[in-house]
Amino acid sequence: MRKFFAMLLALVMALSLAACGGGSGDTQPSGGSGDAQTSGGDKVVKIGVFEPATGDSGAGGKQEMLGMQYANKETPSVVIGGETYSVELVYADNASDAAKAPTAASQLVSQDVSLVLGTYGSSCAIAGGPIFGEAGLAAIGVTCTNPGVTAGNDYYFRICFLDPFQGTVLANFASEKFSAKKAYLLGELGNDYDQGLLNYFEQAFDGECVKASFPTNTSDFSTYLNQAMAEGADVIFCPVSIAYSTQIVKLAASMGLETPILGSDTLDSNMVLEAAKGSGVKLYVSTFYQEGGSPEFDEGIKAWLAEDSTAMTNNGGNDTIAAVTAMGYDAYYVALEALKAAGSPDKAAVKAALPSLSYTGVSGAIAFDDVGDAIRDTAYIKTADNTAGAWTLETVQTVK
Amino acid sequence: MQYAISILLSGVSLGGQYALIAIGYTMVYGILRLINFAHGDVFMVAGLMMVYLTASLPLAASIPLVLVLTVLLGFIIERAAYKPLREAPRMSVMISAIGVSYLLQNLATYVTGGLPKMYPEIPGISNTITIAGVPTKVVTVVTPVLVLVLVLALTQLIHHTKVGMAMRAVAKDFETAQLMGIKINAVISVTFIIGSFLAAVGSVLYFTNYQSIVPLSGALPGLRAFVAAVFGGIGSIPGAVVGAFIIGISESVIKGSSWSIFSDAFTFALLIIILVVKPTGLFGEKVTDKV
Amino acid sequence: MKKTVNKSAWAGLLCAAALLALVVILENVLDPNKNIMVFAALKKGAVYALVAVSMNLLNGFTGLFSLGQAGFMLLGAYTYAILTIPVSQREAVYYIYNGSAVNFSLPELFGGGAFGLVLGVVLALVLGGCVAAAVAWLIGLPVLRLKSDYLAIATLGFGEIIRAVFQWDKLGPVTNGANALKNFPTFSSFNITNGSGETVLRLSTFTAFLLAGICIAVIVLLINSTYGRAFKAIRDDEVAAEAMGINLSKHKRLAFVISSFFAGVGGGMFAMFANQAQAKTFTTAMTYEILLIVVIGGIGSVSGSCIAAFLYVAASEWWLRFLDAETFIGGFKVPLLRNGFRMVVFSVVIMIVVLFFRRGIMGDKELPDLLKKRRKEGAK
Repeated sequence: MRKFFAMLLALVMALSLAACGGGSGDTQPSGGSGDAQTSGGDKVVKIGVFEPATGDSGAGGKQEMLGMQYANKETPSVVIGGETYSVELVYADNASDAAKAPTAASQLVSQDVSLVLGTYGSSCAIAGGPIFGEAGLAAIGVTCTNPGVTAGNDYYFRICFLDPFQGTVLANFASEKFSAKKAYLLGELGNDYDQGLLNYFEQAFDGECVKASFPTNTSDFSTYLNQAMAEGADVIFCPVSIAYSTQIVKLAASMGLETPILGSDTLDSNMVLEAAKGSGVKLYVSTFYQEGGSPEFDEGIKAWLAEDSTAMTNNGGNDTIAAVTAMGYDAYYVALEALKAAGSPDKAAVKAALPSLSYTGVSGAIAFDDVGDAIRDTAYIKTADNTAGAWTLETVQTVK
Repeated sequence: MQYAISILLSGVSLGGQYALIAIGYTMVYGILRLINFAHGDVFMVAGLMMVYLTASLPLAASIPLVLVLTVLLGFIIERAAYKPLREAPRMSVMISAIGVSYLLQNLATYVTGGLPKMYPEIPGISNTITIAGVPTKVVTVVTPVLVLVLVLALTQLIHHTKVGMAMRAVAKDFETAQLMGIKINAVISVTFIIGSFLAAVGSVLYFTNYQSIVPLSGALPGLRAFVAAVFGGIGSIPGAVVGAFIIGISESVIKGSSWSIFSDAFTFALLIIILVVKPTGLFGEKVTDKV
Repeated sequence: MKKTVNKSAWAGLLCAAALLALVVILENVLDPNKNIMVFAALKKGAVYALVAVSMNLLNGFTGLFSLGQAGFMLLGAYTYAILTIPVSQREAVYYIYNGSAVNFSLPELFGGGAFGLVLGVVLALVLGGCVAAAVAWLIGLPVLRLKSDYLAIATLGFGEIIRAVFQWDKLGPVTNGANALKNFPTFSSFNITNGSGETVLRLSTFTAFLLAGICIAVIVLLINSTYGRAFKAIRDDEVAAEAMGINLSKHKRLAFVISSFFAGVGGGMFAMFANQAQAKTFTTAMTYEILLIVVIGGIGSVSGSCIAAFLYVAASEWWLRFLDAETFIGGFKVPLLRNGFRMVVFSVVIMIVVLFFRRGIMGDKELPDLLKKRRKEGAK
């Protein structure tokens, strides 16, 4: 027995050494030198998709990927420097876990992608960022709204607005629409996204704030909602991830809660909408895109979802378009623009082309400031229409 | 006042659901001296099975089916992962339990694709009623009653049937019971079957209240239920129930206070204090370690 | 006897030096981008090897079943991060709290530059270990009186408590609340660059190996000392050990504190690997991961833990990744392959190891033992 293990061990060691030594030869699952490779006569350019497919941001990550997949289906090739390349999306699942993100990011680097899109969830973006920076690979954040993603990292760009902006928008909305004097803020303990937004909301809100945090994997929110009622809060602000927000909304629906619930871009999901359907919950979310913003895109993606059952499941089982999907779609085209502007699939050229890029997508005009953040001053606020089970546009908020 | 009632209500219903899980822990520990880390995940899997079964079957058929399947799952886990290790050191069995828990979570992630699943509405107990001005679900009221009924039935089973007597004998002294001709493996299987059955009932009540299921849904209730079992005195069924209600209510109270972020920490701090001050818990028997 | 010990010690040292040299050569010869997975896996493997060995010291050599490893790693990671973030970056990192309460950085305190960096990082790691050790000493007072699985669940609970404390926003100016600590020196900071910013000598993987290697060597020395023999005696039979005049509580506490010290250092190194430190990473799941590494490697084998750590990291995050991708061979779609399948396969493999190969890769033997046996057989 022991001998067997010794043999096994020796074999494994030899294998791993071979893997090290063999280097580019056999460690590349799909051919090492991406741009030179040919498939069907076309040259191939690879775009890395750095998104969570599992873990607590899995649902959001999948919806964001849907946008990219649809865009890839719509425009599968790009002309770079006079030659036609077909675009291949390369995936790496970071499992919503900052401990797994560095290896997932390394995976993309090793596959010779030209640039990276993602990720949903800022903490994974922060953990993966330095890996991209070191490899000289540009990354475009799609919906990671934490200021820490691009600050101090030259290689991270993003096309969405930031938390301070979003927090301010919602605080203003609470005062203007509901003349709220007291707000109940609820977030997940230890989640930088939630806590950051709560903080900015508190700073911008003109009135009293009661703050509470729940531990990870909580499923009993009744105490929190009852507390909000007991405190006499005018609004509840809960910028939590999809898994929690569906529960909160469900619970609010069954309790018959009348206090309006404000949410951030994470709540803009058809799963949340589904939870609110048929109830009297007043749900308002700030987001990047409102369905109807580009009828052409809406129709196209709905047709695609109806065709592709896996995509439909990943979208939560119906064809309401999440804002993150629209953002993923835009991110793909920004990537194509960058490739065109660079004139070559070389990652250094792509990185150099990005700062001066501008593109008008379905979610609005996209350009980058010197930190690499998108220059945006508009957020859509939508409300859930619980009889139709759809979002309707409430207002468009701008902050200068 | 209304607020106090609402906290008490959610505490009692939580406590009842924890109690059903805690009984599984305490019975298995009483007999095998094993912390069955996979128990919380069995509870989660029971919830997921309900989601998938109701998609194609009527509710009246899926509820009994879920109970049967969960019992089967508990039985298989015991046979596959714990029985081969009966002679091994306690640590190996516990590691095996952790392995099973890891497997069930990963399997759930694979099957659900990492998306949260919505538990179906169960007519009758999903409805909302108002108690003393506080809106709540019927299940909140049903839970404690159901728990009492089940626990009474269980104590009857343990004290007045042959299987029950065998279980008590095995819990008291594993080897001697074996020498007396008790079929240890059968008794252990029965223990797991009862534990899983109660976990399945618990999952119906729990997820009717908190409808979204993710692969990690079982982990936290599982740990809390275990703490409750230790608190009440591990091996003692009334102890587990009392402990569960205390844990449930105090958790609810802390969440309602300004210390809500420490609600988990409090549960564990309580556990450590109990273990250090009174390791036998509230109702546990004094066990002397044999040399 | 003494001579052979010396000889094997020298041989071990030589092997370690050869390994380190190999790492440096590989890192500088191979294309850093194409082979980045190799080095990412090696770095994470080195960190996990250290943490696994520290857990093995407790679980395998002293017979104390503790599940608090992630909590101690958290302490180490935060101490390291708080002490090394450059002062100029503090405003940006602690942006919610308008700057940090701690306004110095060890590498800069030592005059910056290469010298300051090395000294500062090493000192911060050691201090991280000390903080973990001090906390371990404190909680060891009550907790170590508990027996096997009660000890496990109590330490597990303790890990959760620590996590809640570090996420508390009242401590924000120090711990940065829920936000990640970042911008501190990482393994890549040890790459030597020339004036124009080009990397001339890559030492990042080497640094990880060197740090982990030194710590593991210290643990091995400890295991082979009289203390180590006392630990093993306690593991094998507490009552007999006590009868032999071994002070049980003292030695248990010692093992617990030392193990936590190295877990703390490992936590600091983990932060260096992950480029950030955030409390929500250090979950119970992480402790389980490390426990499984120890089991796969063999409870009571240092070299087993090291080998298992590299295998575990490489298998779970690199070699098996293809299981997550939907694959087509010809027009045929390979069934079952989609996101999450990797972890299912992986956990099945772990269950097989736990159930059928209970002794793990090495049992309680060490690598030199196996070689020695082979040599003897060859001589026959």
